[in-house]
Amino acid sequence: MSAVVFARHAMTPAERLRDAAWVAFVGLVLGIPMVGLTTVDAGGRLGVETRFGLLAAVVAAVFGGRLLLRWAIDQARNRKLERERASTATAADRASGALKLVNFLGWVALGTAITLPILFSDNRYVVDTATTVLIYVMLGWGLNVVVGLAGLLDLGYVAFYAVGAYSYALLSTQFGWSFWEALPVSGALAASFGILLGYPILRLRGDYLAIVTLGFGEIIRIILVNWTEFSGGPNGISSIPRPSFFGLDFTRSPAEGEQSFAGFFGLEFSPMHRLIFLYYLILVLALLTHAFVSRLRKLPVGRAWEALREDEIACQAMGMNTTHIKLSAFAIGAMLGGFGGVFFAARQGFISPESFVFTESAIILAIVVLGGMGSQMGVVLAATLLVLIPEFGRGLAEYRMLLFGLAMVLIMVWRPGGLLAHREPTLRLKPLQQSAPAKEAAR
Amino acid sequence: MNTPATTTLLSVRQLTMRFGGLTAIDDLSLEVPAGKITGIIGPNGAGKTTLFNCLTGFYKPTTGSLRLNHPRHGEIRLETLPSHRVARDAQVVRTFQNIRLFPKMTVLENLIVAQHNVLQRASKFSIAGLFNLPGYRRAEAESIARAATWLRRLGLEQLADHAAGELPYGIQRRIEIARALCVDPLLLCLDEPAAGLNPRESAELNDLLLYLSGELGLSILLIEHDMSVVMRVSDHIGVISYGRKIAEGTPEQVKNDPQVIKAYLGEDDDEDDSEQRTHAVAGGANP
Repeated sequence: MSAVVFARHAMTPAERLRDAAWVAFVGLVLGIPMVGLTTVDAGGRLGVETRFGLLAAVVAAVFGGRLLLRWAIDQARNRKLERERASTATAADRASGALKLVNFLGWVALGTAITLPILFSDNRYVVDTATTVLIYVMLGWGLNVVVGLAGLLDLGYVAFYAVGAYSYALLSTQFGWSFWEALPVSGALAASFGILLGYPILRLRGDYLAIVTLGFGEIIRIILVNWTEFSGGPNGISSIPRPSFFGLDFTRSPAEGEQSFAGFFGLEFSPMHRLIFLYYLILVLALLTHAFVSRLRKLPVGRAWEALREDEIACQAMGMNTTHIKLSAFAIGAMLGGFGGVFFAARQGFISPESFVFTESAIILAIVVLGGMGSQMGVVLAATLLVLIPEFGRGLAEYRMLLFGLAMVLIMVWRPGGLLAHREPTLRLKPLQQSAPAKEAAR
Repeated sequence: MNTPATTTLLSVRQLTMRFGGLTAIDDLSLEVPAGKITGIIGPNGAGKTTLFNCLTGFYKPTTGSLRLNHPRHGEIRLETLPSHRVARDAQVVRTFQNIRLFPKMTVLENLIVAQHNVLQRASKFSIAGLFNLPGYRRAEAESIARAATWLRRLGLEQLADHAAGELPYGIQRRIEIARALCVDPLLLCLDEPAAGLNPRESAELNDLLLYLSGELGLSILLIEHDMSVVMRVSDHIGVISYGRKIAEGTPEQVKNDPQVIKAYLGEDDDEDDSEQRTHAVAGGANP
């Protein structure tokens, strides 16, 4: 029997058939008493009847099932062997393989992202959820600069998200600034808060850094809750103006002397127009973020961030001013978080401190870690998973967060380095054979 | 003692480094000539690495001064500078006893990071870099060429695109030296570069050091335990024991110095001596 159970994997078709025949034979032996013979009540007495037709079907199913199982196991083994072989093959081969996969995923994701609102143009739920995914993608990319590249564990990232959101909310409701005017200013404000946080924690590392950033996130939230005159306290800020499409509002009945989006294009008014516009807006913001961060990574400042993550002492010995490097990472990360916040406020039309609790920081951090520290594409995958898993779990009601936690544990068990842990070098001495255009490689 | 013809690059004057009650370096004075290889030897815990840490700004000495005679900037007091400025402005660059590479980055990236300050200046706060302007492109190409030159000289060219942390120990040592060279050092401080190398690799290291000092006129300060390296390449050796300089001179002089022999081989213990030893060993422990 051991010959069957422990059969070697690299099998010829004949061996496979023999293996399946063995298993089918075992099935037959077991099946004769269990399936082939059955007792019937024949007028008060027990009689035995045969069911050879059913038995034949069961044995055939066992045979087919074994063939299929064996095939699947072999496939999995071969893939594993290949991977092992690849690890001994040149690093360039491995890198180009991983790069191809990431590129492919990137194009699929981009294609899906662009066509999604066209395919689901009347499904509010899908477009809304996709917008949420994109907000998290953008926040993930922002935090990726701080945690993934510079290696500074930040548990209070949501603070910058809040700074961005409240900046836009206040600038627009109090001073009548438009979305596009407020966007850069809010980003700059968030960046200054990043530097503000950065200064006191320059000398901290690891756990200590994490605790201080956690505290910073809470300070911002508590200020927002308690400083009622400034932020509206727990009531938050409502009726925040929505962004317009080059001056065209998404309203049913535009104000005097103004045109609405639907009116301008001669469309019938639909509330979906604004949702789809918001979706494409965050998509564009996210893509810009991606292009920006990917480019920064290939610049001296990006390499300095990564070097800082790898070894701070060595950085100093190379003449690098680690203060500047840390502050730049905090500032850029915070700015991107701030942009995310501006969009969030504009989309919701209402914000309150409840949107900026620690759980949000934890989810954004989870996205970066699950995705693979420093991996841009990994963030997209992880953000999609982390938003969609609770959505799919809605049917499970109170078990939904349990499912979420379980999924996170499983991902970390299977892929401890994150979903896409491969790191593409920022430059190569000898370019890869299949070197993709720079635009693609950045993905 | 250095001959009058050579100029002094670095002079260490009455350097003392105390950690609480422990004196790791005790009133040490030393001259490092320009364009030569100066070896620093001494028993474990003698304070050699502490000297390096003081020299490169990682420790602030308790008293004493470290004066670097920089050809362009004149005299620089190293003890007043933070570590990154020692490397950037004074061009005193060190390697570490326990290799400190950027392990997940490739060998080439390690060498490019070493040229951070030049590139960062060329990238004009990343703006020229973001738009890939010609000035930045040129600087980047130059930095790659410079890295490639050193990789070729150290026989690392084939490994340029490998993650540095995945390579064997002996090669990592060489990468660390190549990386330090990319910072454009005036004085290269090597902390036990031959540690963990096999005899063939140490011989290659000898050749490299002689090339750097002989052909390029680089000044090198070398801490080393491997006598086959120190004795062969050093022009001048300082011997430290218990944080004090006990001898100085050519390899030949040092080898025959009774004080040095005593420090290395020990002599009959008397009470005073053993007491002093425990004190100094604890004080000189590399933190």
